[in-house]
Amino acid sequence: MWEYTDKVKEHFFNPRNVGEIKDPDGTGEVGSLACGDALKLTFKLDKNGKIADAKFKTFGCASAIATSSVLTDMIKGLTLEEAAKITNRDIANYLGGLPEQKMHCSVMGREALEAAIENYRTGGRKKHELEGNVVCTCFGVTENEIERVIRENDLTTVEQVTNYCKAGGGCGGCQGQIEKLIEKIQGDKAGQVIEPAPRWASKLTNIQKIQLIQQTINEQIRPALRAHGGNIELIDVEGDKVIVAFRGMCAQCHLAEFTMKDVVEAKLREFVSDELFVEEDRESAQQPHNHRE
Amino acid sequence: MKTIYFDNNATTKVAEEVLEEMKPLFCELYGNPSSMHTFGGQIGRKIRKAREQVAGLLGCDPSEIIFTSCGTESDNAAVKGTLAAAPNKRKVITTRVEHPAVLAVCRELENHGYTVVELSVDKQGRLDMAELEEQIDDDTVLVTIMYANNETGVVFPIDKIAELVTTRGVVFHTDAVQAVGKIPLNLSKSSIDLLSLSGHKLHAPKGIGALYVRKGTRLAPFMLGGHQEAGKRAGTENVPGIVGLGVACELAAKNIKEENDRVKYLRDKLENAILEQCPDSMLNGDKENRLPNTSNISFEFIEGEAILLMLDKYGICASSGSACTSGSLEPSHVLRAMGVPFTAAHGSIRFSLSRYNTEEEVYYTIEKMPEIVNRLRELSPFVAK
Repeated sequence: MWEYTDKVKEHFFNPRNVGEIKDPDGTGEVGSLACGDALKLTFKLDKNGKIADAKFKTFGCASAIATSSVLTDMIKGLTLEEAAKITNRDIANYLGGLPEQKMHCSVMGREALEAAIENYRTGGRKKHELEGNVVCTCFGVTENEIERVIRENDLTTVEQVTNYCKAGGGCGGCQGQIEKLIEKIQGDKAGQVIEPAPRWASKLTNIQKIQLIQQTINEQIRPALRAHGGNIELIDVEGDKVIVAFRGMCAQCHLAEFTMKDVVEAKLREFVSDELFVEEDRESAQQPHNHRE
Repeated sequence: MKTIYFDNNATTKVAEEVLEEMKPLFCELYGNPSSMHTFGGQIGRKIRKAREQVAGLLGCDPSEIIFTSCGTESDNAAVKGTLAAAPNKRKVITTRVEHPAVLAVCRELENHGYTVVELSVDKQGRLDMAELEEQIDDDTVLVTIMYANNETGVVFPIDKIAELVTTRGVVFHTDAVQAVGKIPLNLSKSSIDLLSLSGHKLHAPKGIGALYVRKGTRLAPFMLGGHQEAGKRAGTENVPGIVGLGVACELAAKNIKEENDRVKYLRDKLENAILEQCPDSMLNGDKENRLPNTSNISFEFIEGEAILLMLDKYGICASSGSACTSGSLEPSHVLRAMGVPFTAAHGSIRFSLSRYNTEEEVYYTIEKMPEIVNRLRELSPFVAK
């Protein structure tokens, strides 16, 4: 059971400003049914350029609904310049805090607000769209967005980033990238450059290498594929050539554009040795889902 | 406010009769059954009786029952104990819809060189027997398939599966935590080798479970120490829990008919009314082969946690397969394995009843549910006015 503040409960059970404004000056939409939460925000300005009215429609859990409700309350009477300064932290604070795992709801609120303001200013897109590199393909979260939540909320762990913007919470395949972004930003802040984690200094014996490859597959790679109903099997290691087979849904997965081979290779190079390269055992990969010899 | 408890697949109320039998075992009859004195020794009789009561419900011999601390321990012991007793075979077959107590154990095995096959299910949550048959080979050491699904209540044809598996010389385990007490069992007539059950799902307290081990089944001891539980599971017995489980099993044996009739009647009433009165709602899982107490319903365009909180306000306890309730970001693995669309999985609610529910509670919930669904849909951007 989530520990919600009285204010969250109050806004969930009695949400303010529900609905859609007819002929709004600005509209912002974020999220989708598939993601588990979505918000549509509309506002109208008065003749002084202040937000005269704001309404929302939200699909999502209690904190998503409470966040949307409180956001509409917060922005009424503000100029767009003032409204644009609202951070996700402001929204969460206004509610007396949110459970850590629900902080992404406050980020969703801020994104919808931004999209609505931009829609007013440019008359352009209403939808919060992706800018820059997509890091988390499961939830469609970009590098810019991740960097922003890290900065604005002073985040230091991947788990926190997942709580704040969902990135890394699906297959988990991008967690390494998120870690690098945290290092980059928190390192910049402290005015220091964080050295990459030390590699294995001495040469590995063959048995050590194979064990380390298996361990990396077990701990770093398989859980990510698992989350998407896929799997990986280590077939053989010949010198620096690592032969693997992909199972299950990985074949038709939308992540395929990245080619699983590259992802696996990057992980193995990171954790085992720079010299490694990966080859896919095509023959056994063509077996149907979960079927093995 | 009165609590209406429709979350009996999560845990159940301890039956008054169970508690009464347990009470003297804390401050009066607190001896250790392994002691030589009469004070402790007399407790041994109580454990023997409980073992008989459990065996009575399962239709097996009392010597085939090992008491454990919970269903999860029974599942862990069954899987790991079977593999340890047959170290030359490396393949395990299970399903994608198992409880984590089995699924997590199996997935961990992959890290130790085992091949684990997870059988898929169809849209109704049913297994493909031909796929199972095809997967069993000479390297297969264990097939573990749940009796009834905790989320949807879908019941697998376990007797048929057990026969198929064991005639191929493979050990068969079933996680029957949701089935025991709700489905009549007669293990002496079935081919099941190992079966897990949990006390707190059938009105015994938390902290007690059991593992049925068919005579002759090879299972490595899973807790080393003293000689308790025939040396398979050492540790001083949880006497009050064991006695409580015994009474609960006896009550369940007596009540199975009632569960099947009255509880099913209430469940059907609740389910039919909700499906009828809430548009864009649908049942998840095989309507026919299902536990009599479980109903899993998806409501389109709204989210499960929000529904639960609204229900909670009226004192109604249920659970959801939505992502938000689990703390993870993805909805139930069971519903996803069944191919329930994400949109419906996010808005799924499970009602699970027990013999303590009343018709009045069902009517009250039927009255509240459409109101809650409508309210949340008014908020939803995906519902056109």
